Amino acid sequence: MKVKSQKDFWSGLMFIIVGGAFAIGALNYRFGSSALPGPGYFPFGLGVLLAILGGMILFEALTIETEDGEPIGAFAWKPLVVIIVSVVVFGFALPRLGMVVSLPLLVLMSAYASDEHTWLGSIVNAVILTVMSWAVFVLGLKLTIPMWPIFLGG
Amino acid sequence: MDLIHNLSIGFQTAFTLTNLLYAFGGAVLGTLIGVLPGLGPVATIAMLLPSIYALDATPALIMLAGIYYGAQYGGSTTAILINVPGESSSVVTAIDGYQMARQGRAGSALAAAGLGSFFAGCVGTVIIAAFAPPLTELAFKFGPWEYFSLMTLGLIGAVVLASGSLVKAIAMIILGVLLGQINTDVMDGVPRYSFDIAELSDGIGFVTIAMGVFGFGEIIANLGMPAEHREVFTKDVKGLWPTRQDFKDAWPAVLRGTTLGSLLGVLPGGGALLASFAAYTVEKKIKGRPGEVPFGKGNIRGVAGPESANNAGAQTSFIPMLTLGIPPNAVMALMVGAMTIKGIQPGPQVMTTNPELFWGLIASMWIGNLMLVVLNLPLIGIWIKLLTVPYRHLFPAILVFCCIGLFTLNNNNFDVYMAAGFGLIGYLFYKLGCEPAPLLLGFILGPMMEENLRRALRIGRGDWSLFLSRPLSAGLLLAALALLVVVMLPSIKSKREEAFQDAD
Repeated sequence: MKVKSQKDFWSGLMFIIVGGAFAIGALNYRFGSSALPGPGYFPFGLGVLLAILGGMILFEALTIETEDGEPIGAFAWKPLVVIIVSVVVFGFALPRLGMVVSLPLLVLMSAYASDEHTWLGSIVNAVILTVMSWAVFVLGLKLTIPMWPIFLGG
Repeated sequence: MDLIHNLSIGFQTAFTLTNLLYAFGGAVLGTLIGVLPGLGPVATIAMLLPSIYALDATPALIMLAGIYYGAQYGGSTTAILINVPGESSSVVTAIDGYQMARQGRAGSALAAAGLGSFFAGCVGTVIIAAFAPPLTELAFKFGPWEYFSLMTLGLIGAVVLASGSLVKAIAMIILGVLLGQINTDVMDGVPRYSFDIAELSDGIGFVTIAMGVFGFGEIIANLGMPAEHREVFTKDVKGLWPTRQDFKDAWPAVLRGTTLGSLLGVLPGGGALLASFAAYTVEKKIKGRPGEVPFGKGNIRGVAGPESANNAGAQTSFIPMLTLGIPPNAVMALMVGAMTIKGIQPGPQVMTTNPELFWGLIASMWIGNLMLVVLNLPLIGIWIKLLTVPYRHLFPAILVFCCIGLFTLNNNNFDVYMAAGFGLIGYLFYKLGCEPAPLLLGFILGPMMEENLRRALRIGRGDWSLFLSRPLSAGLLLAALALLVVVMLPSIKSKREEAFQDAD
């Protein structure tokens, strides 16, 4: 039983697991009846449906020939990790350290993900973006965003 | 005649200085976002929602509408000039538009896009004005069965014209609907799938998913590819007017695109995106004059058709929102939110209770289209300056706007974390070859579909056959089935794949 399409194989598997999870989760809620559907009614049906579709995709992945096996290919680990971590750090830092610290941090960290990265360019970019964001979001749109770190009285 | 009378109310409202300013502001802002990849009208409108509190309903909606189709125009500009569609509905424009730019015909492409869009916009406005009243009549006959079936049709329609495996696309829709199930049940008041996290009891924000999957996910995917040198054709953008021959070629495409767009825009889940893909496929199938440039190599019909379609679709997608209260896509969903904030319940009665709002909005759409042609064609140089920024500086900028936007949604960093998570998931989808767009559509329409389904079942006391015995509902469901069948036929299947080979 050779995998004919790697992408579809894993997609199918993913759908089966996710669909199943939603369906099982739905059992926690009142199912109700056709005349009076409860909170679990719709998600259960959908979860089952998704799992079935996942099964179909999985089946196709094992039986239908494709040109090149549709490999998933390498994961771009560096950009993936750098970007996700930068965003999470931003989320963590913003309420505690304010925009003045978090924004440049975000720019500097995320810029690292590019293979054309230069430190000077990123620092300039960070300064420009922080000033612009302040102008647009705080001055212009009057949104409340913590500006300064807490320990500096922000 | 009623139509003239209604339009005159509209123009009277739209031509006040304040409303004109708001329309202009919206159009400029929209074009700006349309030009910048990664920040879409959805995110921007979502960010502006808090500011809506301060404005009156009519100017607020006028500005939001301006942003919406301003983004369409802006997205086409970048699609043509640097092969980076600023908006999802400009993806198709990039195929032939960029090729035209590489051949030094950027001017013609941009003009075709701009003028085609303007024409489509005018037609769209008239259609809304003409068809809104009778559609509203029809809307009063719609019960929950019809709403459910209409949304099903819309979702199937979206899938049919999506690229890639049909089954996977349907699976993505269902996944999207399921994600929409993470909320507090309307009837029982029970929080579902919230894992006791307070922020989840209201559900995941649409903007959070959109920014995560499309914004972050796309940036990661882009960075994963070796740095391509994106040439920017700013120097060659003189000779703005298309040649005689170009006009002759493009004209019929504009007409076809407008018709297609006007029809498809009305479907829930449809709108501009669907229309542009459909128009491209249609243009490809229609034999052109001999000696014409092949599609994918810079055929002006491949720009004019989809552009007209997406603008017509953008206009007519207001119809279901204004008449039925069903938002046909994400942006409309936010507009509905804005209307609700102002205390206006969108639906059939808006036309009678707030005629100046209704008709004023429609009139200002036409005005907005006019402003956009003025803005875009001569000022292209300025927009393009923005694009000479190298990607390594651009993507952190996009991240900055997205992150701040996310935070200001609820003044809570939870949304930022969620979006990061969705960024990861989005990249996973990209690697697995799963289309994220159907997921978003399912996510928006899911809660409404569930509500209508449950209401229908309660009223009918568990009777499922009512969906088929009521003529309107049956008709809609049959159309959905027909669409599915048509797409699965082998001949259409290969044509569909053909159309999307170029888009990849």
